[in-house]
Amino acid sequence: MKELFRLNVNGEDTDVAFEPYKTLLEVLREDLDLTGTKHGCELGECGACTVLLDGRPVMSCLYLAVEAQNKRIETVEGLADRGVPSALQTAFARTGGAQCGYCTPGVLMSATALLRENTHPSRDEIKEALAGNLCRCTGYIKIFDAVELAAVEITGPES
Amino acid sequence: MSSEKGTPLQSETSTFHAPSEPLAAHSSERTTQNFSVIGKRNLKYDWHAKLTGAAKYTDDLRLPRMIYGRLLRSPHPHARILRIDVSRARAMSGVFAVLTGKDLPIRYGILPSSQDETAMALEKVRYVGEAVAAVAAVDEWTAEEACNAIEVVYEPLQPVMSIDEALDPDSEKIHDWTKHANIQKNVLLEFGDLDEGFAEADRVFEDEYFFEGNTHVPMENHAALANWEPTGKVTVWSSTQTPHYLHRELARVLDLPPSRIRVIAPPVGGGFGGKSEAFSHELVAPVLSRLSGRPVLISLSREEVFYCHRGRHPVRMWIRTGVKSDGTITALDFKSTLDGGAYGSYGIATTYYTGALNTLPYRVPRYRFEGRRVFTNKPPCGPKRGHGTVQPRFAIEAHLDRIAGELGHDPAEMRKGMLVSPFSWTVNHLRVTSCGLPEAIDAVLERSGWREKHGHLPQGKGIGLACSVYLSGAGLPIYWNPMPHSGAQIKIDRGGGVTVYCGTSDIGQDSDSMLAYVVAEELGVDIGDIHLVTGDTSLAPVDLGSYSSRVTFMAGNAARQAASKLRAQLFQVAAARLDVPEARLGAAGGMIYDLEDTERQIPFAQAAQLAEAEFGTLGETGSYTPPKLAGPYKGSGVGPSPAYSFTCAVAEVDVDLETGILSIQKIWVAHDLGRALNPVVCEGQIEGGVYMGWAEAVIEEQVFRKGLHKQPSLLEYKIPTSLDMPDVDTTIIESIDPEGPFGAKEVGQGPLAPVIPAIANAVYDATGIRIDSTPIMADKVLRAIEMRRKQHAAAV
Ligand code: FES
Ligand code: FES
Repeated sequence: MKELFRLNVNGEDTDVAFEPYKTLLEVLREDLDLTGTKHGCELGECGACTVLLDGRPVMSCLYLAVEAQNKRIETVEGLADRGVPSALQTAFARTGGAQCGYCTPGVLMSATALLRENTHPSRDEIKEALAGNLCRCTGYIKIFDAVELAAVEITGPES
Repeated sequence: MSSEKGTPLQSETSTFHAPSEPLAAHSSERTTQNFSVIGKRNLKYDWHAKLTGAAKYTDDLRLPRMIYGRLLRSPHPHARILRIDVSRARAMSGVFAVLTGKDLPIRYGILPSSQDETAMALEKVRYVGEAVAAVAAVDEWTAEEACNAIEVVYEPLQPVMSIDEALDPDSEKIHDWTKHANIQKNVLLEFGDLDEGFAEADRVFEDEYFFEGNTHVPMENHAALANWEPTGKVTVWSSTQTPHYLHRELARVLDLPPSRIRVIAPPVGGGFGGKSEAFSHELVAPVLSRLSGRPVLISLSREEVFYCHRGRHPVRMWIRTGVKSDGTITALDFKSTLDGGAYGSYGIATTYYTGALNTLPYRVPRYRFEGRRVFTNKPPCGPKRGHGTVQPRFAIEAHLDRIAGELGHDPAEMRKGMLVSPFSWTVNHLRVTSCGLPEAIDAVLERSGWREKHGHLPQGKGIGLACSVYLSGAGLPIYWNPMPHSGAQIKIDRGGGVTVYCGTSDIGQDSDSMLAYVVAEELGVDIGDIHLVTGDTSLAPVDLGSYSSRVTFMAGNAARQAASKLRAQLFQVAAARLDVPEARLGAAGGMIYDLEDTERQIPFAQAAQLAEAEFGTLGETGSYTPPKLAGPYKGSGVGPSPAYSFTCAVAEVDVDLETGILSIQKIWVAHDLGRALNPVVCEGQIEGGVYMGWAEAVIEEQVFRKGLHKQPSLLEYKIPTSLDMPDVDTTIIESIDPEGPFGAKEVGQGPLAPVIPAIANAVYDATGIRIDSTPIMADKVLRAIEMRRKQHAAAV
C-alpha cells in the first residue's frame, strides 16, 4: 500500500506517495520521475545511484526512502542553477569527463560533496572521494582532471 | 575439418593500388590550418544532457500503462527440459502474459553461419542463466514472483566446462550437430611455403599462451522497452550497439515484415561489444507487449548481464616463428583454440580474428593459421573491444619479447626494423594505407625514458613494450549484401539549422559528436546549429552499428559526403551573390566567404534560403561502402579494413618479490588514429582503452566453478576503481589517412591490445619470469618466483 510522504528534493518540498519498503533510488526514479540518478547493481557496489543526503554522498539503492524524510536530498537534476550548469558540470564538459555518461550523475554527486568540503583536493584525495563510483569508460583520468579544473574555477588557483 | 588454402600474395614489395572508386568527399581535402571545427577541443554534442541527468537511457523511458517483464533463467549449466508448467504463474493476479521457448521457436544468430539460438531455450538449456520463460506483470516484483511460480522439470546432463573437456570425444554433446566432440568450427589458412620459411630462419622459437576470458561490464545494464501498437507496428527501444542488426533479428524471430518494426537506440550506457547482437529480453519484450496490450519494459539485473556476456573468449594459443638473426620473421605458424561458451554468437568471426591481423604490424612473408572454436556450457563468448585480436596480440608480443631477449636485441629497436611499410599489402591480402607506427614507437620510447630504463632498473622493477594494430571498421558486413555500410541524410532549414540523420548508436564513444563535427566543418556552421537524429531505424538511414571501430570512418565519410553535396549547392548560389568564383569560397563560423577577401561574405542561413529558392528543399544523402578488399580465399572476409590504426604502449611495473603483487607505475601509449577530429574525445577513448587493457592484464577474469559463474556481481568480478588507475601518458599520432573522413581512422578499440603484453614484458624485465597467461595475478607471479627459487636451489 502506498503512503504519502514529504521529501525535500533539490530544495523543494514534495509530497509523494510510495510503498514504504521502496528504496530512495526507486522513489526518485519511479515516483518522482527523476531518472538522472542511475543504477548499475542495486546492491551498493557501483555508485551509479549516489545522491547527497544533508550533503553527504549516499548510495540511494541501499537507502530506504522513508529514512530520507526531513533530510535534504540532492540529485544530479539539482546541480544546475536555473539552467546554468555548476562549475563542476562545466569542468566535466571541458575535459570530456563523461563518455557514455552512465556513471556521471553519481560521480558528479560524490565530487560535489568533496569540493564543498575541500576546495583544493589533491589528486589522491579526489581518487579517494570517487573510489565508490565505478566508471567503465574513461579510465577516470578525465574525471580527475574535471574535478581539479572545477576546484580552480570555484576558488581560483591555490596560492 | 575444412581446409582452405589461400593463394600467397607478394607481400610488402607489391605496390599499393588505390581503390577503384575514390570517394567524392576527398576532393576538397584541406589543411589543418583551415579547419574551424576539426581538431579543436570542442564540447561534445550531448554534453549538457549527460551532465544534467537529462539524457534518457532505455531504462529511464516511461510509457503510459507500461508494465514490466522478467525472464526465468536456467539454474543448470546443461540439462534437458522435460516439462514447463506456467499455469500457476498465469493465474496470478497482476500477471498479463507468460511465454516459453515454444512461443518463439525461430532460430537466429548474429552470423548467418551460426543460427543456433532461440529467444528462450527449447528442448535444452546450455548455460546457467539461459532464458527459459518470460513474464509480463504489473510491476517487477509481481513478475519475479510469477517467474518463481513457473515449474520447470530438468534432467541434468554432464556439463562441459573447459576446452579439454570440449575436445574429448566422450564429452556430452552440447549441440547434436557437431561432428567431432564439441568442436564448432576448424579453420586453416596458409599463405606461402612455411617449410621454406623455417628453412631460411636462423632460429626458430615456439611458445604457448593462454588468455583468460573476461567480460565487458558496461555500467548500464541491458534493457529493452517494447510497444506493440494495435495497428501491428512495433517499436523497440533498446540499449543496443547495433540497432540495424536487432531490427533484422526481430523481423526474423517475430516473423514480421521489417517494415513494421522500428528499433530505437537511446543513449547507451557503455557497450564495449557486449550489446552487439539480439538478446532474449529484446526478442521477448515485443511479444509480451502484443499479448498484454501494454508497453513492456525489461531491465536486466547486474547478475543477468554477467549471463548475457558475449565477452572475451578464453583462448589457448601456440606460436612458432622462424627469424633471421636480426629478428625479421621468415615464417609464422599460429594456432588458437577458443572456448566459445554455449552458442555461436560472433564466434566464427572471432576465431578468424585470432588469426587475421597477426601479419601486422611486422612483415610476415609466410603465414599459417589454424583456429578452432569449441562449445562449452558457459554463457556465449563474443566480441569485446579488440574482438579476437587482443588474445593473439598478447601471445605475439610476449613471444617477440622473448625472441629479442634471446637474440640480444632491444625489443623496441628489433620491432622497428620489422615494421610493414605504409601503403603495402600483407601476405594474407590485407591492404595497409597510412601507418604512423614508427612515430608512435619513438614517442613512447622518448617519453618513457625506455633507453635508460629497459634492462637497467633494479630487481623487482621493470619496463615492457608492445605494439598492436586494429581495424577502422570491418571491410565486409555481417550478412552479405552489396549495399553501403553507412548512410546519412542531411536537411538544411531556412533558418540555417542543419539536421543530420544517421543510424549510428552512441555508446559513449561520441559518435554523435563525430557526426556533428564532420558536418559542421564541411558546411562551416557552428556545432550548436547541428541537430542529430541517430539510432533510429525508421527515421535514419542504416548504419551497421557500433562495432569493429567502424563508425568514424564509415558514418563519418557518409555524413561528409552528404554535407559536401549541400556545400556545393550553397557555394553555387553564394558565388553568384558575391560575384566570386566558387573555387575561391570558404565556409566557417556560419559564413560563406571569399578566401581572398574575407570581408566579402554571406551568412550561411541566407545562402540556404537562396539555395532553397534555386534548387527546392535542401536535402542530400551520403553513403559509404568500403573498397572491395577481401582476398581470394574462404575466410578472407575477416581482416580487411579500409584503414588500420596502430598503437605502441610501454608499461612500467613494480613486482613485490615476496608477495608477487604487481603494481603498474605508469603506462605510456601512442596511437595512430589518422586524424583527431576532437583530441578530447580521442584522448578519452585511448585512456579508456588503456584502462580496460591493464584491467584485463592484471585483474579481470571470468571463471566458473561446477558450471556456476564464480563472480556474477560487481563485488566479486572486480573492475578497477579510481584508486587503482595508474598514470597514463597519451600521445596522439596523426598519419592522415587518404580515405578516412578528414584523414581520421579508429581510436575506440586499438589502444587496449598492446597494454596487456607490455605489462607481461615489463614483469619479465622486473623479475626474469615470463608469465604466459592472463590475468597476471599475484598468486601466479608468486608461484613462478617460488618455482624458480626451487629450480635454482636444485641446480646448486
Ligand atoms: S545501484 Fe549500484 S551502488 Fe546503488
Ligand atoms: S562514462 Fe561510461 S561509465 Fe563512466
